[in-house]
Amino acid sequence: MHLRAVLLSIAVMLLALPGFGQTPLIADLSEHQIQITTGFVGTDVLLFGTVEPDSNVVVVVRGPEEQTTVWRKARFAGIWVNDRRVVFERVPSFYAVRSNAPLDAIASNVTRARHGMGAEFLRLRPEDETISAQDVSVFRNALIRNKQREGLFASGGDNITFLGGQLFRTRLHFPANVPTGFYDVEVFMLKDGHVIHAQTTPLIVRKAGLGADVFFFAHNYSALYGIIAVLLAVAAGVLAAFVFRKS
Amino acid sequence: MNIYLPIAEISVNVFLLLGMGGAVGFLSGLFGVGGGFLMTPLLIFIGVTPAVAVATEANQIVASSVSGVLAHWRRGNVDFRMGIVLLVGGTLGSVFGVWLFGFLRGLGQLDLAISLCYVVFLGVVGSLMFLESSRALFRRRRQIDTRRKLHQHHWMHGLPFKMRFRKSKLYISALLPIMIGFVVGILAAIMGVSGGFIMVPAMIYLLGMPTSVVVGTSLFQIIFVTSTVTFLQSAHNQTVDVILALILLTGGVIGAQIGTRFGTRLRGEQLRVLLALMVLAVCGKLCFDLVVTPDDLFVLGVAGAH
Repeated sequence: MHLRAVLLSIAVMLLALPGFGQTPLIADLSEHQIQITTGFVGTDVLLFGTVEPDSNVVVVVRGPEEQTTVWRKARFAGIWVNDRRVVFERVPSFYAVRSNAPLDAIASNVTRARHGMGAEFLRLRPEDETISAQDVSVFRNALIRNKQREGLFASGGDNITFLGGQLFRTRLHFPANVPTGFYDVEVFMLKDGHVIHAQTTPLIVRKAGLGADVFFFAHNYSALYGIIAVLLAVAAGVLAAFVFRKS
Repeated sequence: MNIYLPIAEISVNVFLLLGMGGAVGFLSGLFGVGGGFLMTPLLIFIGVTPAVAVATEANQIVASSVSGVLAHWRRGNVDFRMGIVLLVGGTLGSVFGVWLFGFLRGLGQLDLAISLCYVVFLGVVGSLMFLESSRALFRRRRQIDTRRKLHQHHWMHGLPFKMRFRKSKLYISALLPIMIGFVVGILAAIMGVSGGFIMVPAMIYLLGMPTSVVVGTSLFQIIFVTSTVTFLQSAHNQTVDVILALILLTGGVIGAQIGTRFGTRLRGEQLRVLLALMVLAVCGKLCFDLVVTPDDLFVLGVAGAH
């Protein structure tokens, strides 16, 4: 991993040499595909690139969007029960934001809202539009809080580092429970609080190996999967009875 | 060494899973119970969603009851006729249970329903077992024959569709075992248990079956009910994780063998007191989790459930 990072950094430096610097913003990932194999415990992907001098960089990573339900618990007869729910449309299943300095220092609120820079600026709308704004905000905060606890909304951090004035790099962490699908990694170059250039790089998170085959089989041939699961268990039981037969 | 479970979609240490399988297998060998009532809550504690835990545990129970029933079959302790009648009820119950499972999941109340079922059944069975076994432990000399009283004729002997069960020496209505099977089938689907802890007392006290054939017959029908549950959960909910089930049963089989050998050195009443305490401890933990104020009053629902 380290050797790789060094090599990549060298590649980036080459890109930054005079003559390469025609494009104001260049960024890439060390990998465009994350494979969830049987031994997967989470992974880091290196994001690197160059920008014009004296500009700021913000990176926004979004996983595939999905409908998400937030439940509020209430006490009934002494026990805690899911009581009220708010369904949010198009919630990114994974979200992370990175910047080279605190976001409120380098981006205006308008810019942040437009590009979803920071979890509190994400456009999260409830399915039912009649819910009061106050309730929406309570449930919205709860959604963000829960996602952060699961490690799926990475609570930012200004940890994009600059090497010299133009080269930047940051390490994006994807935990073991990272959702599968197509991700967008957006890199923004900012000056005076406004986005000057933007680039979107795709990232694919997919299951691979035995686990992927099992998952595919379970979802596409459900009935057959069930029969095989039963037969496997019966075979294991017979085998166990045979091996441990009392002599 | 971590392994990514493809259906549960979490990464767990293999040795933790093997250890859990081994420990629960040891206890089930020791006490002669299925162990599902311990394994399902354990799986939920380590972060497997209740839906996957319940369905996967049903799959594991298929294996452990197959190996168990073969031992009983060799000794001729299985009443197949009774087993098949129980099975009719069990299959109907598990079909209903899997449907109910999906329905509760849609309502967002599945976790609560599973916890409540556990608290109620573990609480009742644990308390009864504790009272009965501690009484037996303190008054070992005194013979109490509770079965004779329960063998009197009452309303249930007036039910229609009488059948003769030669091995169990019974002539009773087929509706009774069908009803018992039905209830246990629902429990298997919702709680991910074999239901042995309900089935065995029900067969002894409600049906009046001889104790010798109870365990073998119960195991025989459990195979089919849990197979049905495994199949239906796979087909409807895609919640059976075969990788998880295989790891658990590997640990479980070895643990059960050690447990069985260990169990022969302990007295029956002592075993039952210990088992009762364990059942009550699991019940207490689940009860505590239901009552104590959670850190966050908001939770995220299952994707797609609305």
